[in-house]
Amino acid sequence: MAITVPRPNLSWRERLYLPAIVAGLAITFKHFKNMLLGRTKVTMQYPEQKWDANLPDHYRGAPALVRDADGRVRCVACQLCEFICPPRAIKIIPGEIPSTDRFAKVEKYPDAFDIDMIRCIFCGMCEEVCPEQAIFLRKDYAITGFTRADMVHHKEKLLEIGGVMHGVVLKWNEKK
Amino acid sequence: MAEQVSSSPMFNVQIDGVWHQFPKGTRVIEACEQAGSYVPRYCYHKKLSSPGNCRMCLIEMGFPKLGPDRKPELGADGKPIINWMPRPQISCAQDVADGMGVRTNSPLVKECQRGVMEFLLINHPLDCPICDQAGECQLQEFSVDFGTSQSRFFENKVKKPKNVVLGPRVTLDDERCILCSRCIRFCQEIAHDDVLGFVDRGSYTVLTAHPGKRLENNYSLNTVDICPVGALTSTDFRFKMRVWFLKETKSICTSCATGCNTIIGTREDVIYRQTPRENDHVNSCWMCDYGRLNFKFLEAENRLLEPQIRSEGKLVPADWPTAITQAALELKQFSGPEIAIIASGRMTNEELWLTSQVANSLGVQLIDVVPRRGPGDDILLSKDRNPNTNGARLILGSASEPGAKLMGIADAVKSGQIKALVILKENTMHLGIPVEQLAQLPVFIVMNILPNDATEKATVVFPACGFAEKRGSMVNGKGRLQRLNRAVRPPGNARDDWEILRDLLQAIGGGDSVSSVDDVFRRISETVPQFDGLTFAKIGELGVHILQMDELPPTHPVDEEAIEQAIAVQAARRAARPARS
Amino acid sequence: MDSLFIITSLLKILGILFVVILPMVSYAVYAERRVSAFIQDRLGPNRVGPAGLFQPIADMFKLLLKEDFTPRAANTFYYWLAPCLAVMPAIITIAVVPFGSTLFGVPMVIADVNVGILFVFAIASLGVYGIVIGGWASNSKYPFLGGIRSSAQMLSYELSLGLAVVPVFLVVGSLRLTSVVRYQIEHGWFIAPFVGDWANPWKWLLAIPMIISFLVFMIAMFAETNRLPFDLPEAEQELAGGYNTEYSSMKFALYFLGEYAAMITGSAVIVTLFFGGWHFPGIPDGSHGWIFGLINIAVFFAKVAVMIFFFMWVRWTFPRFRYDQLMRLGWLFFFEIALVNIFLVAAIIPFYRS
Repeated sequence: MAITVPRPNLSWRERLYLPAIVAGLAITFKHFKNMLLGRTKVTMQYPEQKWDANLPDHYRGAPALVRDADGRVRCVACQLCEFICPPRAIKIIPGEIPSTDRFAKVEKYPDAFDIDMIRCIFCGMCEEVCPEQAIFLRKDYAITGFTRADMVHHKEKLLEIGGVMHGVVLKWNEKK
Repeated sequence: MAEQVSSSPMFNVQIDGVWHQFPKGTRVIEACEQAGSYVPRYCYHKKLSSPGNCRMCLIEMGFPKLGPDRKPELGADGKPIINWMPRPQISCAQDVADGMGVRTNSPLVKECQRGVMEFLLINHPLDCPICDQAGECQLQEFSVDFGTSQSRFFENKVKKPKNVVLGPRVTLDDERCILCSRCIRFCQEIAHDDVLGFVDRGSYTVLTAHPGKRLENNYSLNTVDICPVGALTSTDFRFKMRVWFLKETKSICTSCATGCNTIIGTREDVIYRQTPRENDHVNSCWMCDYGRLNFKFLEAENRLLEPQIRSEGKLVPADWPTAITQAALELKQFSGPEIAIIASGRMTNEELWLTSQVANSLGVQLIDVVPRRGPGDDILLSKDRNPNTNGARLILGSASEPGAKLMGIADAVKSGQIKALVILKENTMHLGIPVEQLAQLPVFIVMNILPNDATEKATVVFPACGFAEKRGSMVNGKGRLQRLNRAVRPPGNARDDWEILRDLLQAIGGGDSVSSVDDVFRRISETVPQFDGLTFAKIGELGVHILQMDELPPTHPVDEEAIEQAIAVQAARRAARPARS
Repeated sequence: MDSLFIITSLLKILGILFVVILPMVSYAVYAERRVSAFIQDRLGPNRVGPAGLFQPIADMFKLLLKEDFTPRAANTFYYWLAPCLAVMPAIITIAVVPFGSTLFGVPMVIADVNVGILFVFAIASLGVYGIVIGGWASNSKYPFLGGIRSSAQMLSYELSLGLAVVPVFLVVGSLRLTSVVRYQIEHGWFIAPFVGDWANPWKWLLAIPMIISFLVFMIAMFAETNRLPFDLPEAEQELAGGYNTEYSSMKFALYFLGEYAAMITGSAVIVTLFFGGWHFPGIPDGSHGWIFGLINIAVFFAKVAVMIFFFMWVRWTFPRFRYDQLMRLGWLFFFEIALVNIFLVAAIIPFYRS
């Protein structure tokens, strides 16, 4: 149903529009003047000034793989993040840990783990779904590159961003 | 409920308060499932015996209360009053009885299911993230449906062997095993190769192969399929891909004449596994390891990817119209008796029909398929290793048995009587014709998916599709018409075989256009009596029986001899050459 | 025609074009961005050079290095011609505007023609061709709509523009722009008659129609230069940029240049007609020394700068008109007001002259 909005009845002064025009000019000039005199508070000058120290703990920056205190890459290539990732930014090729390895009991590891940062939307679903506490969104937000290939974070890069995570559950240590 | 008159007596059974009728001999667990109340189960498998050892399928059961006159007492609704047994019963080892009452979701049943789940999970490791079964694991599913969300078990779990190699194709993780014994029973009852068993007692019971034996029969991978948890895993599929990524395409196995129904699991045009699909007319729930793993050649490095034509003595890549035109022009130089076509029993009905059309329009008489045989068994694997011998028999429609003319063709090529040879999806090298002689042929057209020595001598090469890359129909060794479906796209510029043959047929100038496999099938149904009234869609997922094998005339001894000779020649060639990489 | 005249004329042309107008255009773009930013409580371009002063140079490099793209369906000849047509009239117009008194005895006007204002209108009207041809030659619907809007809008406001200046020439009695300036030096600026016989009450009465005349002329000038609130030809939100949608690189820059050059020329004409040109009370003309000649030029361009600021100020204050409103305003108000205004001035002049 169409709604008819009644037009306001304007007085002759209002119909002249001139007072409104002058008032409008006055408002914009006030802003111009305040800015010129430095009275207006403006935004932060980004590359020189940064807010990094004040980023909250729950800040969602670039996703990254972490190692635990033993130095083990926590990811076991379960591919749940690949499954949940809404923009399908993650690609994992699983591999089997050789029996001679220190962590052979974990059996499976990511042979390749690529996150396409052009696709990543920083939603944090990968962190949420991870059953191994292996992927976390870190505070890196300035992800740049000269080519599309540069923007794909490979496993080494992800581990470099991720670093070591303390205080995570070490369930594999209980295994034989 | 209406009185039913049938040969086997029908029993009235009350399931969750509703009365149903089931024929005598129905298992209670099946009756419940048919009535819409799924009973969880681990050890029970409908194709195997029921040991009743997992205790997951517990239900409440009762029988009509009998009055002093030995007649059931009727309740207010006119139905018998049920006397419920105080203890729960397992539903998998019990047949229905008249007047039986079943409860599948009473508080007692739920409590039992919760308890059994808790016991099963006591020693089960929490390694779902690395377990290949995750996503199709009944332990996961029933834990969600019937279990509790939290574990009350704080003691240490029992440590058992992991990563045990049971056989060449099966790896066992004993910690994950819930001792349902399905695999043991499968080996005893279906594969007739009793190699698995339980050792040790109590919490320490483990599944293992008998000393000195391995699980290496040709059906070993079916144990992986029926394992409800991730204890038995396919060494081939292990850690390759999570099952929830796999696109499942219903198809059939083309490794022998049985034509087991399969599901092809693919992701992004890569085949990761084949699993059997239930079809009681063909393969029940099983398939052999040989057929199951016979898909790697589709991803071979040396696949033919581009059409090639011979130009100034060398094979050079060409586009499709050029290659097709070239082939047609070459073939039209010769009269029918100078041309021979060797087709394949691995081609679909549609491809064979188009091949026969090509032969007709060229006037070719010498056309046959390559016979292929190997040792068969009594379970599924057929002696005839061509999946569509019967299709060739029906569609090529020659008087002799498929394969009987082959050595004649080979001899004609050797004697120089044949000037133009078309070989479709077969390796010429196995026919005993020397490579030098092939090189002498003025026209030698090859359609295949992999190159071989003979391919290099061809004048035109068409890259074609493998079984998982195309649609089509085949007639299996028992005369059942079944469908192949496309699971992955062909690599490079390779094209569907039927499209190549259709284009070739048009370029030769015989036959109007057909735009799909369904169209080709319609043409077949118009010309071949056994296909009469069928369409491609009507074949359905489980196939249609179209050919009574016992009505076929017996193979003529001369034909049989010729086929045996062709097979002997092939075997000799294979033995003489190192295995193809 | 002596050689001195040719040399001084060439010097004036080159000087005014390359030293004043073109830098002014580029810095007008910079000023526009800074002013708009300040009005919107932002900072605007402040990265390139001190306070972003080198931004126009960076912009120029950017525009030069961009891909010069010609749509396949475009009519290539007119597609290339249109940007030139857009920028030429705006620059040619400045020829008749006196931008200073005299410098070393040379009058600071390139061509002191006796039909000055007619020349201005004649040439400025050609500016519409740049837009119409550009819109048509692009062979794309948005530029086409922009071109149509532009032609209709220009036609409508050209009338008011012409009629609005008639009172000025009624009073001055000449179409020569230097005469207009000379008259204002002697009798005071038309909208602020403080100089000369300021005690004459008729003169103050005359200022009222002159102010009306000024307002109509200025608003019509907004429309002529396609600036807000009359920028319908290039309405970004509706037409995705209008006539210049399909243009890129230097051709787009030429359109941009043309728009700002037209704005500068328009301001120069307004200053000449209503604000006394290069005159400022108390500053003698160039015949008293070359320093005063320079100061006169500076005064003129200072006035132009104030006018340009006003153009920008208006742009970042008012919303765009709807098309029917624009037409209504042009044909039903400004046209009538300008017409009535002529009679008003004509009625006052006999008393004023007496």
